Amino acid sequence: MMISLRHTVATLGIVGLFLLFGPSRAIAADGPVTAPSTSSIEQALTQLTSEDESIRDAAIRVLISQGDAGLVPRLEGIRASASRSIRQAIKPLMDLLKNRAKLASPDSDARRSAATDLGSSGNPSAIPWLDAAKVNESNKWVRYTMEESSALIKLASDDPSTKLAAAEKLGELRSGNAVPALKALVEAGAVAEATEQQKVLAKVAEAAIDRIETWGDWANAIETIFRGISLSSILLIMSLGLAIVFGLMGVINMAHGELMMVGAYATFVTQQCFTAWFPPDVFDWYFPVALPVAFLAAAGSGFLLEATVIRFLYGRPLETMLATWGVSLVLMQAARVYFGDLTAVVAPGPLRGGAQVLVGVYLPYNRIFIIALSIVCVLGIYFALFKSNLGLRVRAVTQNRNMSACLGIPTRKVDSYTFAFGSGLAGIAGWVLTMVGNVDPGLGQNYIVDAFMVVVTGGVGKLAGTIVASLGIGGLNKLIEPGLGAVYGKVFILVMVILFLQWRPSGLFAMKGRDAD
Amino acid sequence: MAEPSSFQNSIIYLDGVTVDYDGFKALNNLTFMVDYQDKELTGKHADEIVKLGIGRKFQAPSIYGNLTVWENLDLSLKRSSKGVFPTLFGKSTAEERARIEKNLETIGLKDYAHTRAGSLSHGQKQWLEIGMVILQDPSLLLVDEPVAGMTDKETEQTGQLLQSLAEKHAIIVIEHDMEFVRQIARIVTVLHEGTVICEGTVEKVQADDRVREIYLGRQKVAH
Amino acid sequence: MSDGTTDTNRSGGLGFAVVGAILLVVMPLLNLLPPEDSWFHLSDFSLNRFGKFLAFAILALGLDLIWGYTGILSLGQGVFFGLGAYCMGMHMMLTIGKESVYGSDMPDFMVWNQVKELPFFWKPFYSFPAAVIGALLVPMAFALVFGFFAFRSRIKGVYFAIITQALALAAWLVFNRNDTNLGGTNGLTDFKQVLGYRLSEPGTQRALYVITVLCLGATYLLCRWIIRSRAGRVLVAVRDSEKRVVFSGYTPANYKLFVFVVSAGLAGLAGLLYAPQVGIITPAQIGVLPSLEMVIWVAVGGRGSLAGAVLGAVSVNYGRSVLTNYFPELWPFILGGLFVLVVLLFPDGMVGMIRKGKSLLTQRKAAEEKPAVPDRKVAVSEGKR
Repeated sequence: MMISLRHTVATLGIVGLFLLFGPSRAIAADGPVTAPSTSSIEQALTQLTSEDESIRDAAIRVLISQGDAGLVPRLEGIRASASRSIRQAIKPLMDLLKNRAKLASPDSDARRSAATDLGSSGNPSAIPWLDAAKVNESNKWVRYTMEESSALIKLASDDPSTKLAAAEKLGELRSGNAVPALKALVEAGAVAEATEQQKVLAKVAEAAIDRIETWGDWANAIETIFRGISLSSILLIMSLGLAIVFGLMGVINMAHGELMMVGAYATFVTQQCFTAWFPPDVFDWYFPVALPVAFLAAAGSGFLLEATVIRFLYGRPLETMLATWGVSLVLMQAARVYFGDLTAVVAPGPLRGGAQVLVGVYLPYNRIFIIALSIVCVLGIYFALFKSNLGLRVRAVTQNRNMSACLGIPTRKVDSYTFAFGSGLAGIAGWVLTMVGNVDPGLGQNYIVDAFMVVVTGGVGKLAGTIVASLGIGGLNKLIEPGLGAVYGKVFILVMVILFLQWRPSGLFAMKGRDAD
Repeated sequence: MAEPSSFQNSIIYLDGVTVDYDGFKALNNLTFMVDYQDKELTGKHADEIVKLGIGRKFQAPSIYGNLTVWENLDLSLKRSSKGVFPTLFGKSTAEERARIEKNLETIGLKDYAHTRAGSLSHGQKQWLEIGMVILQDPSLLLVDEPVAGMTDKETEQTGQLLQSLAEKHAIIVIEHDMEFVRQIARIVTVLHEGTVICEGTVEKVQADDRVREIYLGRQKVAH
Repeated sequence: MSDGTTDTNRSGGLGFAVVGAILLVVMPLLNLLPPEDSWFHLSDFSLNRFGKFLAFAILALGLDLIWGYTGILSLGQGVFFGLGAYCMGMHMMLTIGKESVYGSDMPDFMVWNQVKELPFFWKPFYSFPAAVIGALLVPMAFALVFGFFAFRSRIKGVYFAIITQALALAAWLVFNRNDTNLGGTNGLTDFKQVLGYRLSEPGTQRALYVITVLCLGATYLLCRWIIRSRAGRVLVAVRDSEKRVVFSGYTPANYKLFVFVVSAGLAGLAGLLYAPQVGIITPAQIGVLPSLEMVIWVAVGGRGSLAGAVLGAVSVNYGRSVLTNYFPELWPFILGGLFVLVVLLFPDGMVGMIRKGKSLLTQRKAAEEKPAVPDRKVAVSEGKR
């Protein structure tokens, strides 16, 4: 919410306004808590340094119940000169006070982490704070965490009925964090000398664990599917350009991965330009600006590649593979020499973090963005291929090159533009890959063999083939990864692809007709 | 499309076959029977069908451009086994060499035996391919538009070649050069959009009204 | 590829004898006889390095069979090379015995990874003959299974290249794992001896060199025999027109499988000779990139010519060895550039250039003697795939 606000403000160009308002808001939020009941607090502060543990504990209790975050600087002061045991005693007190204040923070993430911290502190005095904060909480997931934390603290209480209710509540909340504590309760109930109460509690705890774990499986499944779709989208964006060119010219461009790298470095350079020449407030805008930059950089490189190498190798697909691989080596090394090995792109604000959709199911924004982008790319290509003039020509040349030439379609130009377009798509893939990993010269190599497999499995001439193949390979990859591990997963997929090609030797959608051979 | 054929024994039986390319029907529910020594051909791979005695000559010359004419013929020669190891260790016998020599004469490429096949003229390539198919000793020869792209003289020679071959082999030729069809055909089958519309001698087919309408054109009458 | 099949017929015998004599006799003698400071002296290092190149040449011959003659681009030759090298490497690891760093009978990396018992598949490699046979048969068996499925379903051209590349990637990943007990990223190294001969002795290395030369000679003869047999012509025929091969009554899949298995065996042999000479084998030698690099050896030398494959393997590796020494950052540029250049401008490689030069000379001579230049030259521009 802060972020989106910052954006609107930034777009309006009234940055100063925000700078004025931001901090003052934060102070205002702290305001109501700051109502000093001076005398007892002052007394407690002096008693903190007492060597007598009981006096000290009493003082801490006073400070917890009456103090607030405003005391933190003074506590820091006391700590600085205190002995080790006192320092250790004061630390949790400070954390409690800080977190208590943070419960009212305008930033939902801060509220949530405060609630989590309070829950793991196990301090019963936090229960009323959490319960009170919960009532006014607007964010569903912060409220959830507050309930969870409160129940977690209650679970550790001495009162059996409170414990019982907390265990039930945690099961209801499907709280993954509660499992260790609940398991301890189950174990306590399992020993021979366990009391009747402990046994009842163990039963309830067991039921709660069961609920939590069943839900955990579901959450896992959902996240696996999401990761599969996300990987599929990456593969899809990479393969689209490759597949279109393969369909049109029968050529696999082994430098496709390095064209992605070009796109990624274009993004990186754009980011550097923004850091160097623009105010930090518009920094996030580097990302949308980098999109056309990456597209054009890769498309331009592709255009050059076609004009200088590929056009001379028509009808010799294997030689084309080798030559483009040579180009890829040169590009990779050039990047290594010029940029060095490790360069990272900072994700723009809105794409950092993620959204929680269900308990235990957390979807990172960058992945959601990639999925959305892949859909946009597919739609864009669909329209480019089926609704535009160039698209019509591309399809005509794909089907019958000679006939198209006879009808006056400049096939050479169509090849050239299509190749540049496919390369531009690689640039977009590179652009979006900066969101999920470092920008390094080997960037293209990481996924490219998978992308080749997608093209081979999907067959030529149909977009649907590429889409289905990326979904299949990406999805399968993530599906078997937990069981087999990443490496054997890859091997397994290779085997699957070979077996699949037994059934369909030229991919899902093969060219049919007399000229097919 | 006309389909002259010379009937001896038949080898294939196809029932109700339909083949179409992008909506154009090449074969429309065609039933086609060639019955030969009770051999089952359904579901067999092309190389197995070849071993049963069917040779095929493609429309565009399909030869091995990087091998010599002799080597082209040598590879095509019918042998007891064409498996990897027999082929690896195999040596040509005098009788086999004689057959190739004779074949070279038949197809008129005697002087080109050690020329790279890729450097032959188009017509020569077609003859070479016919020669290759003959050396397989097929009972049935399927020939797809053998004279497409040939000069008149080459067409004439090809016709003679096919006629001399017809003495010993059953030959099915697909062709739409009517002059050529007249030269070689004994029985003509006319297909239109995948359907048989007429069958018989050249004279009978040419006299058929529908053939004239569809094939020779409505106004034009065959000379 | 104007006439890759017929060229060896003429120039064969004499050249083979001369090159054989130089490699087999002159080189080792140059290493042995002249004093170390003499200009003619060939250092132990150089001889050993040359032996490595010749091992690569064996692999290149196999690759030329499948790619140059049959037209099937395999981007997974590194895998077969690696299988051969690892078989030999495993044997040599086991013969280290108590000399190892940890003084255990087990290979060092297993001690390090806390593997208690020697994995079952290591056990046969205690025996030297088993290791040698394994180095040849394991890659061949693997190629047989892989190729059977690939060729049976008529995977060809670009599809086959991609599939074999994926194979190289998969193999690289698997060999890198520690849990496969093949030494992980560090591979197998620290070999001490073969059949009781110390690998650190120059004499052992010289013997290994001679063995490599002999193997290369035998491989060359084997390949030449295959190429000149009728089956060899079927291979070229598969490249020219697979459809016609089918209608001539051959089963192309079997021939492809045959040549794939032979090339895998030769790659295994190369690996077998490589491991003791270089003293280390790691997954870095078997991945996607090395497999592709092997193709360029053949491309540079001249595909479709056996001499070309040998020439290419030796010269590219020599260039690599010199250049990575002096300009390590430059090598990828040169390698990449070489690829583009060879494919674009010299599709027949060095041998093609030599042949062209020769034919220019004879043409000029012929032009001086009589005016017209007949046949044969016409076809050069035709039918490359």
